[in-house]
Amino acid sequence: MTADPTLATIWAFLIAFAVFAYVVMDGFDLGIGILFPAFGVGEERDSAMNSIAPVWDGNETWLVLGGGGLFAAFPLAYAILMPALYPLIVAMLLGLIFRGVAFEFRWRDPGHRKYWDLAFTGGSTVAAFAQGVALGAILQGVSVSGRAYAGGWLDWLTPFSLLTGASLVAGYAMLGACWLIWKTGGMGQLHAYRLAGRAGMLTVAAIVAVSLASLMLRGGAYRDRWLDMPNVLFTAQVPLLVTIFAAAFWWALAKRKELMPFLLALGLFLLSFMGLGISMYPYIVPTAVTIVEAAAPARSQGFMLIGAGMLIPVILAYTGWAYWVFRGKVGAEGYH
Amino acid sequence: MFSAFDPIVLARIQFAFTVSFHFIFPAFSIGLASYLMVLEGLWLRTGRQVFLDLFRFWLKIFAIAFAMGVVSGIVMSYQFGTNWSVFSDRTGPVLGPLMAYEVLTAFFLEAGFLGVMLFGMEKVGRGLHFAATCLVALGTFISAFWILSANSWMQTPAGFVIGANGQFLPGESWAAIIFNPSFPYRLVHTVIAAYLTTSLAVGAVGAWHLLKARHGKAMPSDGAGAPPAAVASPHPTSSVEAARTMFSMAMWMAAIVAPVQIFAGDAHGLNTLEHQPAKVMAMEGHFQSHPDGAPLILFGLPNQKEQRVDYAVEVPKLGSLILKHDLNAPVTGLDAFPRDKQPPVAIVFWSFRVMVGLGVLMLALGLFSLFARARGKLHDWKLLHRFALAMGPSGFVAVIAGWITTEVGRQPYTVYGQLLTRDSASPLAAPAVGASLVAFVLVYFAVFGFGTWYILRLMAKGVEPHEPPLSETVPVRAAGIVPGPAQQGERA
Repeated sequence: MTADPTLATIWAFLIAFAVFAYVVMDGFDLGIGILFPAFGVGEERDSAMNSIAPVWDGNETWLVLGGGGLFAAFPLAYAILMPALYPLIVAMLLGLIFRGVAFEFRWRDPGHRKYWDLAFTGGSTVAAFAQGVALGAILQGVSVSGRAYAGGWLDWLTPFSLLTGASLVAGYAMLGACWLIWKTGGMGQLHAYRLAGRAGMLTVAAIVAVSLASLMLRGGAYRDRWLDMPNVLFTAQVPLLVTIFAAAFWWALAKRKELMPFLLALGLFLLSFMGLGISMYPYIVPTAVTIVEAAAPARSQGFMLIGAGMLIPVILAYTGWAYWVFRGKVGAEGYH
Repeated sequence: MFSAFDPIVLARIQFAFTVSFHFIFPAFSIGLASYLMVLEGLWLRTGRQVFLDLFRFWLKIFAIAFAMGVVSGIVMSYQFGTNWSVFSDRTGPVLGPLMAYEVLTAFFLEAGFLGVMLFGMEKVGRGLHFAATCLVALGTFISAFWILSANSWMQTPAGFVIGANGQFLPGESWAAIIFNPSFPYRLVHTVIAAYLTTSLAVGAVGAWHLLKARHGKAMPSDGAGAPPAAVASPHPTSSVEAARTMFSMAMWMAAIVAPVQIFAGDAHGLNTLEHQPAKVMAMEGHFQSHPDGAPLILFGLPNQKEQRVDYAVEVPKLGSLILKHDLNAPVTGLDAFPRDKQPPVAIVFWSFRVMVGLGVLMLALGLFSLFARARGKLHDWKLLHRFALAMGPSGFVAVIAGWITTEVGRQPYTVYGQLLTRDSASPLAAPAVGASLVAFVLVYFAVFGFGTWYILRLMAKGVEPHEPPLSETVPVRAAGIVPGPAQQGERA
């Protein structure tokens, strides 16, 4: 019994979808955490926190689907990447612990609230940075021997991975600020506009820097894919769209649009994510293990696909409903 | 700094530590979610304020316990890969789908409706809110279903073939994998344990407030059976009513579930004897085989080196009666297994005794409460309340002890009889595993210590009359527009 290339490709897209859902949904939660020290103590912080309190747990669940899905559909990739990214995964998990409990604890303990706010910021920033560094580490490649990771426990640490780490922090901050533009009003919203402008600037600079740097990686493997004819006719659309989206983003901020900046920020993430897909496909561990090589047998992937096919639409529906229940500006409708 | 240690030992300590910590929270939230569902249902049916007060009171505690369960659970889902990558590669095709189904059918359900359950009562109306509560409770149960199926497969693997690359691959039937031989028993035993644990915790909180109310009220009528609510006390009437209601509900639960659990545990033990005899021999301390009736070793000091139990206190033939339901039935001992295939006996032997001893005490508490209820003294018998208070944490201890029994009893395998623990670990250096272990220990004690303290503080404070909802505490208007007189305090 072996893997089925079609099933493996479907699962690669499903896991990419779960990771993307995680990145954008928990991205704005983490971004709010990253920006938290910039918010005024009291109302501004409380509304920022309340705008995500009912949804953060659901958002984080996509991370469990991404990790659990990788284990289930591509066990070999999971078994190679987790030890390769060991300190990063541990740092992310610890960061997420501090971030997650802060939602409850800061309300329970006003005397120590500033410390839990610090835990919220620290946890969010560490988690975001670790995720970004992990992305860089995967792009630059890990050393594999047989069916196992063969490198040391700090191999991931390079200037490039630190750059991707910082980039993701900036990107999440941009998402968080745009979310607050949409969900808050008054002074808090004005503040969010300013923060979104700065974080957006950093994010676009980071996209450019990471894109250029990745062209040098792996002996130019990514460069050949992006720049060779005729690929370049297709791939060139991505930076072109990034430029258009970035311009529209500043226009939307300047025009004080409320939802548009958030949607455009999501668009920038989607384009970057597609760029990653272009670089990595068909590898799941560049350039050592392909999607098909890492895939679980067809019987495992098929069994899961039945469930995923039925349940993911249902999950999206009730997740959408939960967001809809808490629609509108935070705090506008008062205490209930 | 950790170079002298065996990375596999460090990885095992890390897993044992993080899973034990984690398991406390689901054991509580599985039971508590169902209790909240019952409370909200009773409130909708009867309209009595006390049920709503109790619902809101326990909801606050649930929110904290659930958050700690989520964040400590994510650690588990990644730890298979970080510390046990060979295990992950080998078992992924079989265990991965079970865990993926847990995420798809349970985690999203819980997380998706938790927000509505915690903050949405006034936004969606009572009917939909109750539906959200029910779905969260259902989610906790479905989660237990899948993760216990996966764990049971590691104990009693079934329905697989071994592939050319060494992976466990699914055979013809997924049902054979999911409903592996020990799963039904483990599921029943563990879910009942969660209910029992929660009822003991709820009962202890009720008992504490009944004791406090008695302590606070005027002395002369003490013990005379007058309802404390009738006397002026620092506790307003409705909090005493709430304490009585939760105590009574919890004691019903304990009285019914504790005996059921003893039967379920016995059935689970017989199933283990059939499929994992070495584990049961370690639980019983039987190093030697007994061809004509085994004694029951009550206590003693297992001495694995010499393969005997020192200072054993034993009842002749009783072991055979319990294990085989026949006084003279032969019982095979650990001497049938090579030494390197025996589990560490002392840990299994003692953790099993802790679990069973606490189970017997739980049964005693349930019977005591029935007796007090029959005599009309359920709410006034100080000794009962003190006993119930002392038993508050016992469920958690018993759950962890039971977990240690079954997991350590599976050693030296991760997949019983198939994959050795020492062949399951990641190719990691000891410093990496040791440093992360230290980080987990420090963070868990600090963070979950605070969380537990907040839960205890809420429990000690008790139910307030007309308990305020756990709502979005929004400082009402957006800053600067309308400095709202309607501003409210924080969530209590």
